[in-house]
Amino acid sequence: MPALSPTMEEGTLAKWLVKVGDKISSGDLIAEIETDKATMEIEAIEEGFISKLIVEEGAQGIKINTPIAEFSDTEKFSEINNDESNKNVINISKKEVIEEVKSSVIETSDKDLTLSNNDATKKITVREALRDAILEEMEADNDVFIMGEEVAEYEGAYKVTQGLLEKFGDKRVIDTPITEHGFTGIGVGAAFGNLKPIVEFMTFNFSMQAIDQIINSAAKTLYMSGGQMGCPIVFRGPNGAASRVAAQHSQCFASWYSHVPGLKVVSPWSSEDAKGLLKSAIRDPNPVVFLENEVMYGQSFNCPISNEFTLPIGKANVEKNGSDITIVAFSIMVGKALEAANELEKNGINVEVINLRTLRPLDLETIINSVKKTNRLITCEEGFGYSGIGAEISSLIQEHAFDWLDAPVLRVHGKDVPMPYAENLEKLALPQTSDIINKAKQICS
Amino acid sequence: MNEKQAPKKKSNYDLDLLLKLNEQMLLIRRFEEKAGQLYGMGKIGGFCHLYIGQEAVVVGINSALKDEDTMVTSYRDHGHMLVCGMDPKGVMAELTGRITGYSKGKGGSMHMFSREKGFFGGHGIVGAQVPIGAGLAFSHKYKNEKSICVTFFGDGAANQGQVYETFNIAALWSLPVLFVIENNLYGMGTSVERSSSTDNFAIRGEAFGIENKTVNGMDVLDVREAALEAVNYCRSKQKPFILEVKTYRFRGHSMSDPGKYRTRDEVAEMRKNGPLKALQKLILANGLNESKLKEIDNQIKLKVNEAADFAIVSELPDEAELLKDIIIE
Repeated sequence: MPALSPTMEEGTLAKWLVKVGDKISSGDLIAEIETDKATMEIEAIEEGFISKLIVEEGAQGIKINTPIAEFSDTEKFSEINNDESNKNVINISKKEVIEEVKSSVIETSDKDLTLSNNDATKKITVREALRDAILEEMEADNDVFIMGEEVAEYEGAYKVTQGLLEKFGDKRVIDTPITEHGFTGIGVGAAFGNLKPIVEFMTFNFSMQAIDQIINSAAKTLYMSGGQMGCPIVFRGPNGAASRVAAQHSQCFASWYSHVPGLKVVSPWSSEDAKGLLKSAIRDPNPVVFLENEVMYGQSFNCPISNEFTLPIGKANVEKNGSDITIVAFSIMVGKALEAANELEKNGINVEVINLRTLRPLDLETIINSVKKTNRLITCEEGFGYSGIGAEISSLIQEHAFDWLDAPVLRVHGKDVPMPYAENLEKLALPQTSDIINKAKQICS
Repeated sequence: MNEKQAPKKKSNYDLDLLLKLNEQMLLIRRFEEKAGQLYGMGKIGGFCHLYIGQEAVVVGINSALKDEDTMVTSYRDHGHMLVCGMDPKGVMAELTGRITGYSKGKGGSMHMFSREKGFFGGHGIVGAQVPIGAGLAFSHKYKNEKSICVTFFGDGAANQGQVYETFNIAALWSLPVLFVIENNLYGMGTSVERSSSTDNFAIRGEAFGIENKTVNGMDVLDVREAALEAVNYCRSKQKPFILEVKTYRFRGHSMSDPGKYRTRDEVAEMRKNGPLKALQKLILANGLNESKLKEIDNQIKLKVNEAADFAIVSELPDEAELLKDIIIE
């Protein structure tokens, strides 16, 4: 099973385009593979004869690098099994090994539907939760529309907008040219004109092209107009590191946007976060920067199915109660914090894990209340530590809860380097669960 | 400015129209003179970019618009606000940073808005208003409003990348936006020859299929004629159009401009052919006498003085304003 995207972990063998005995040449199409993002045809890269199709058509959840077929140099298949040296395994992956992202609640099982009143939940991916949020809000309000690169006909570079073009048409689901600065400004203008645009950045790295419009136009105009010019707009897309896409595609911009008055900054972790917070962001009369994470898109969580469900912006969520130490995190780091908490329990350290959900305005009260209970704090973020979210929280806690601290606040964060490409270096640059565990032990000893 | 053009007979304009144009241009002129004076007295701070010399541009364009059309421009914006019907008192009070200003004293000269009057700023970043204007046009089209958005920018902004991103999208999506390039020959202290590889800005949309026209901005009737055609084009065809208006500012880029990049003689020569003088000459030729014109001028001066008095006696914003209007609760 070939890896067909940086974050793909498994795929579905949608269709075989060859059968046993077929002669194949380099470049021949041999199968259709369905990933979490798209259905793609794969080509042979060597010549020979198909001797065995290992994976059946329609098989789902095939891990990358799993052999899916065998081919042989010779047409005489009967000999194949006796001649191991002649047997080759088709494996046309880029040999990427994706770092396994673990989370306490991640499984890609069937969507089980819990049937009960308004609290009914269903297991869906973060990607589906985002799509549901956009779809429901577009159904509820004709002034909501979505624009961005590949959001319409391609159905989203990461398939977040799947099905929306078909449902709402090209007036409200709009493909833009690759001109972030221009289309972001147009979105801001449309918001000044009382529409409610959702502007998708293919990744927040590209929002750097448009940051003037986000900061100088969207964030500041309400103030500069004495309260006249609201700008109800959502800027959303994947933020932070994906996998093996290196420095220009792997940066967390949480602290950049959180720095600016006039913006709200939200960063979901689970499907519930994604749906509830995105719906609130779309309804919010202010510009909201909505920082998603590509690695999380394919992960599944239970999520309320009601289209009335929202989560308040500015409210953190205590994901796990504990008494010995508080760990605050957002986005993908919440999963790592929960993992660390499970490990630390084994060492008798009882951890409280706070999912920040919103970075501006920060729910300082929830953090302070937790610190008053645990007297120890660790902050986690994937981005750079310098001038980061952790630095801010650390400072706020020493201002507001200094007397409650029994140990210095420690920060877990990405290394102070542009993201490297090599697998081992990338792993070193990103904060890992083990980093959280080590820091926690350091201040709990 | 189109010196080669033969002088046209304009006797077929009705006097009421000429007087209305005169009144608006004169209001801008006197308002800006007063603003310059208040700046000199230390009543206005920061940057203050005067529109003196360019009045015919916005007045001519505005005369072709409907009330429901919208307008957006950069920071040389006082004239645009006045023709949109914003109260000179509120504009002047914003210049002096008072609570009675359009932005409660929090925006200043460069950042003023009136949703009610269809004026969407007042933007301080050169060129940033261009996609915003296209976005407003997008909202008009989305809501089937048949309004257009007039997006003003200068020869300086015309070299910004986002202008071309916007040209492309405006043409691609057929947005009813009229781009008015106010070419006053200088982007701050840099002349067009020193900043631009070619000096014909109007044709810069041709690669995107946007039609264009260039007009003499020192003649308000020429601007009006061109605007009527351009506005009608944008509205009826639901497409963008570029109108380059050749103009000249008589004052510095801002109040703190030493003006060393151009000669006094050049400015004096341009002033001789100023847009107000030309219009008033025409009005006199149409039968109005000098004393009547003087009377109009005096009325406008009175109005501007009232605005200045209001702007000076109004209260500073309350300290509590500091933390208001950051986000909508």
